[in-house]
Amino acid sequence: MDRRTTLRWMLAASAGMPLARQWAFGEPQTPAGGAAPAGGDAVPASSTAAAGYGTDPDLSKLHRPGDVWPLTLGEVQRRTAAALCDLIIPGDARSPAASVVGVVDFLDEWVSAPYPDQRRDRSTVLEGLGWIDAEAARRFARGFADLADAEQRAICDDICCEAKAVPSRAQAARFFARFRDLTAGGFYSAPEGRRDLGFIGNVQRASFDAPPRELLAKLGLDRVRP
Amino acid sequence: MPFVSASGIADAYDVIVVGSGAAGGQSAYTLCMEGAKVLMLEAGRKYLPETETPMFQTPDQAPLRGDGTPDKEFGFYDATVDGGWTVPGEPYTRTTEEAAGRFDWWRARMLGGRTNHWGRISLRNGPYDFKPRSRDGLGFDWPISHADVAPYYDKVERLVGVYGTSEGLENTPNSPPGCLLPPPAPIVSDLLIVQRARRLGIPVIPGHRAVLTQPLDFKRSPALLHPGNREAQAIIGADMRQRTACFWATPCGRGCSIRANYQSTTVHLPPALATGRLDVLTDAMVSEVLLGKNGRARGVKFIDRTDGTEHAAAARVVVLAASACETVRILLNSTSGQYRNGLANSSGKVGRYLMDTVGSSLQGQVPLLEGLPPLNEDGASGHAVYSPWWLYAQQHRGKLDFARGYHIEIAGGRRMPGVGTLSGIEWLTGGSYGKRFKEDARRYYGSFVSFDGRGEMIPNEKSYCEIDPTVKDRWGIPVLRFHWEWSQHELRQAAHMQSTFAAIVEAMGGRVNGGPIIDGALAISPGGSIIHEVGGAIMGVDPASSVTNSWGQTWDVANLFITDGAVFASNADKNPTLTIMALAWRAADRILHLMRRKEL
Repeated sequence: MDRRTTLRWMLAASAGMPLARQWAFGEPQTPAGGAAPAGGDAVPASSTAAAGYGTDPDLSKLHRPGDVWPLTLGEVQRRTAAALCDLIIPGDARSPAASVVGVVDFLDEWVSAPYPDQRRDRSTVLEGLGWIDAEAARRFARGFADLADAEQRAICDDICCEAKAVPSRAQAARFFARFRDLTAGGFYSAPEGRRDLGFIGNVQRASFDAPPRELLAKLGLDRVRP
Repeated sequence: MPFVSASGIADAYDVIVVGSGAAGGQSAYTLCMEGAKVLMLEAGRKYLPETETPMFQTPDQAPLRGDGTPDKEFGFYDATVDGGWTVPGEPYTRTTEEAAGRFDWWRARMLGGRTNHWGRISLRNGPYDFKPRSRDGLGFDWPISHADVAPYYDKVERLVGVYGTSEGLENTPNSPPGCLLPPPAPIVSDLLIVQRARRLGIPVIPGHRAVLTQPLDFKRSPALLHPGNREAQAIIGADMRQRTACFWATPCGRGCSIRANYQSTTVHLPPALATGRLDVLTDAMVSEVLLGKNGRARGVKFIDRTDGTEHAAAARVVVLAASACETVRILLNSTSGQYRNGLANSSGKVGRYLMDTVGSSLQGQVPLLEGLPPLNEDGASGHAVYSPWWLYAQQHRGKLDFARGYHIEIAGGRRMPGVGTLSGIEWLTGGSYGKRFKEDARRYYGSFVSFDGRGEMIPNEKSYCEIDPTVKDRWGIPVLRFHWEWSQHELRQAAHMQSTFAAIVEAMGGRVNGGPIIDGALAISPGGSIIHEVGGAIMGVDPASSVTNSWGQTWDVANLFITDGAVFASNADKNPTLTIMALAWRAADRILHLMRRKEL
């Protein structure tokens, strides 16, 4: 990010940051009227500094990643992220792969967001994507996205389970766990993911009935009454 | 006479109502329907659920797939606007950031307040709940009994529409026939919990929520709500006909554009406005109650948030319904020569005995619920069943190491998938990814159940709020400083919740990741996080130890009433909103009575 962009974001942050953040609870004895430092803690150098959507956003608008705060992942990061999220959720007969339904944009939106949880995830994800590319280069002399499926799996098998990861890969395993959670979050909250799970709600109905009797009988619940 | 501007208010009203949520909405409704001319002041913006509610919007249409952020704590589509545990420009302070002594203060700066997003769980306090000290020697008795409030519970249930059943269980009151609407059908996980929890001796019965599972009884209810008042009957009869029954979709927390659930903005305010006797002024931040030379309130001072200008409004009676802590703040900031420690505070009890609900949660994964066929389990947004507290006898015999009870709120089912729906399942999958992860996701989706304990906190001397000596908000109004401490009763209760929930999960053949939390101090949610804060201006029989009498009328100022949760002398496990509305109706009846007798 160049300096001008940084400055523009800092200005936007100090002008548009919710006052609540400046009046952080962490300073219970802050004297009244004393303005918080310009920008407060809103502009850590390693993170994005855009404003959030505020406390009264337009709920009827169709929002797309990048609409409220700019996306910040670079091309290499996006390519690695796409390869990894498609390894986690590949296409099959029931639904497409993660990147096909916009999960990379979702991940980019997530790690570019100005909120505390997302900022924490940003460092986890950015460091992890860097680690996995370095690991790919170390073991196979190419970037992760350019590896064959079996090579990608060789790397991921070492880090896909935190409980089983060796100590030197514990941090990478934490990254993988979080990245898989976010990938699943982006995928299953998309229409294709909802369909994959068999979610059939969110439709207006004339009545709401008890579950099918045959199903309840199978579960031994057909005689249960609240 | 509907929505007015700060310069457009009348010179005088019968009653000023500060706040527009459950307490303010009910107060204004009752007063206007029975003939009083009312000015309602709301600190937040005007809000119209019929046009603003995002009903069928899906996560993929929202930033961050609708996940919660500090701007929208309960998710992008939650009804709350300009609210949360932080409000821009309106800080509060506290003595510690540690979880054990922290209090988080939720506010909703919008017309209708937090009724727009609340859970709609509507439980009556039972006979024990009004006389807890008589029963176990702790806390305070209320100056009223269940019998005093029961007729008002009847009225509120008939007016707002509450589903549920009367089961005749201990300290879990029945409603007279005709008050309750039928409960929604339970979903599969509900039935499994009913079956398995009962094996442990834990009752699971239909929940009570303010959702119209069928249209209101617009033929019979108007006459029962407003006997002898044909105008009110006509207005509420017509309004009831315009409310639609639930169409079994969209989460209640977003609000309801078809008016199928209770929120002040869709239930209390439309008929009150239809009387022509209600003026509503939004963006009006009340800072203090103004006192006349005769020792009575003459009105309130407020700030127009749109331009920062200061105004005054005048009335015969002032009703504070701003939410417990905001009401306390207004009283403590209303200082004058006579009342240097705040208005209505000769007892020194304003701000004291702040209570929240004890909260603790546990999730379980249940193999029996895996791989079910696609089912629409939206229902009425959950809470078709719940467990009322069931160990009264054991507790009374001293068999438990905590004094008060809790109820269990139950959730499960194949809900709209969101960002967190399939997060953190590595303990089940062993770390799968690829095709196996997709199969695991299909398998585990909908197989989780969660239990939320909601328990009674006993008021104590160390949980209170006061005015911070230095910090002011963006309007220059001094802010609250909170002090908070749980007693062993609450911590042990939270631990008991955890072991109970784990036992239910086990009885379902399920498992809990990492097991229950045994240490109550870790199991309990921080103060204020359940958003059931009450107390701070408790009612009582003695002016030396309470702030109001049994009507919510302050001892010190005859024409100043409090109708929100501040007057609660105890905080039963039952969610406070229904009781707030019942007491507000009762207080409004008292105000009307005294005004008719020219005593106010």
